Amino acid sequence: MGYKSFDEINEKIRSGKAVVATADEIIDIVAEKGVKQAAKEIDVVTTATFGPMCSSGVFINFGHSDPPIRMAKVWLNDVPAYAGIAAVDAYIGATEVSDKAESMYGGAHVIEDLIAGKDIKLYAESYGTHCYPREEISTYINKSNINQAYMFNPRNAYQNYSAATNTSNKTLYTYLGTLLPNCGNVTYSTSGQLSPLINDPYYRTIGIGTRVFLAGAQGYVAWEGTQHNPEQKRSENGVPMGGAGTLALIGDIKQMDTRFVRAAIFEKYGISLFVGVGIPIPILDEEMLLQTTVKDKDIFTNIYDYSVPLRSRPAIRSVSYEELRSGVVELNGKKVTTAPMSSLKKAREIAQLLKQQIERGEFLVSQPVASLPMDNKPNSLDIRGAENEKD
Amino acid sequence: MKKIKVSLYYPATEVTKPITYHLIKDFDLQINILNADISLNKVGKLVIDIIGTEWNIEAGLKYIQDQGIKYKLFTRSLIWQENACVHCGACTAVCPSGALAMDKQNWSLTFDKEKCMVCELCVKACPLKVMCVTI
Repeated sequence: MGYKSFDEINEKIRSGKAVVATADEIIDIVAEKGVKQAAKEIDVVTTATFGPMCSSGVFINFGHSDPPIRMAKVWLNDVPAYAGIAAVDAYIGATEVSDKAESMYGGAHVIEDLIAGKDIKLYAESYGTHCYPREEISTYINKSNINQAYMFNPRNAYQNYSAATNTSNKTLYTYLGTLLPNCGNVTYSTSGQLSPLINDPYYRTIGIGTRVFLAGAQGYVAWEGTQHNPEQKRSENGVPMGGAGTLALIGDIKQMDTRFVRAAIFEKYGISLFVGVGIPIPILDEEMLLQTTVKDKDIFTNIYDYSVPLRSRPAIRSVSYEELRSGVVELNGKKVTTAPMSSLKKAREIAQLLKQQIERGEFLVSQPVASLPMDNKPNSLDIRGAENEKD
Repeated sequence: MKKIKVSLYYPATEVTKPITYHLIKDFDLQINILNADISLNKVGKLVIDIIGTEWNIEAGLKYIQDQGIKYKLFTRSLIWQENACVHCGACTAVCPSGALAMDKQNWSLTFDKEKCMVCELCVKACPLKVMCVTI
């Protein structure tokens, strides 16, 4: 029959007998044993990524003070948090900048400090109500004296992403790092053949409800991520040739570890958060196994000219991740050095750790409760109402 | 034997002088060129390591000055706080000397102090701010 169910795989995990490989290791295993044999033997393939993901943040419930306050505006270590929800709930977004320290400290740093167990200064204002009379509060919080504190990242784990260069004669400072003038470098951000959605390109096993490794905690896929674009052009192996699927992830920060989540500052761009994500792929059948054997040489992206500040930037050329990883690519006859922006070393560490957790029976795979959409194209934002139009 | 790192600043009129030849031949100094930006009729810059006896280095530096070329010794050095580094590679995008590079096997960042010109581009490019310079 050649098919293993999620339950059968979990049974093996629980009894400590599951055979697990990382998405790097599986390539050689299948080359050696063949697909048929390997599909019988291997139960789970682990994938991972560790890159800057701006669309990240944490929901916090602070608990009630006495007398209580209905917090209308909230600052955490002088970084504004969104408080337009219930009385003592707030959301601290990774890219929010401190009102005081000008771009050197932001939401991502608050999140990292919170996970590290440090005290965070909480300041909140209110207009005072009959049931919440307090108008101001200034105190300290940390991860053990607050209630729920869960990371909810609207967009993580991008299925492929563009590479960047700069054809202008000025240095550009971007979220893909510093781009030197006259195509002085090319930067890219991926874990390639180890990347979660590249190993399950049609979202067969990764869907809503999938248990994931999120910054050290066991989290879940909550929804499709924002800008989820499954209709991106794909290569023959099914892997999209540019930014495609994305995941919204959720997980308890009290279980997280700063080894796998770090604040980042991109010069003259802003603040972001490095997030470590690991996703196990259950090997249901030979087809699923084959998808996980994808190699960097068969994954392609486009190098875009970031000196054109438009939504539709010109693509300079298509390139494989093997070529990008080699350290040099050719652009218009010129050899240009490449540099990664996401840590493959960290991604490998996460894939190994997740493998060990599954082998020890501590991390079970989960069947999605619903699939991610396969037909969804992101809209763009058109500018309307510029003249007398009111809508 | 002593080793120093130095930048030479050539006025446009002096770029034709075979300075390194004389440093080697007349002062018995070992010269290792780390970076060179020299074009005819333009101001130029040369970054070199010099190895030799203290006496010879001093005499060599005096010779450079006598030729109308200004020099500046590297007194600062780059410190990589390796423990705090996540090995993303962002710094390697800007490093002009190749001192910062990725190990292609384990994808760790590597730092070759000898090649570093202390240009400090990495200090700003590092998203985790783990690069700094000694004062």
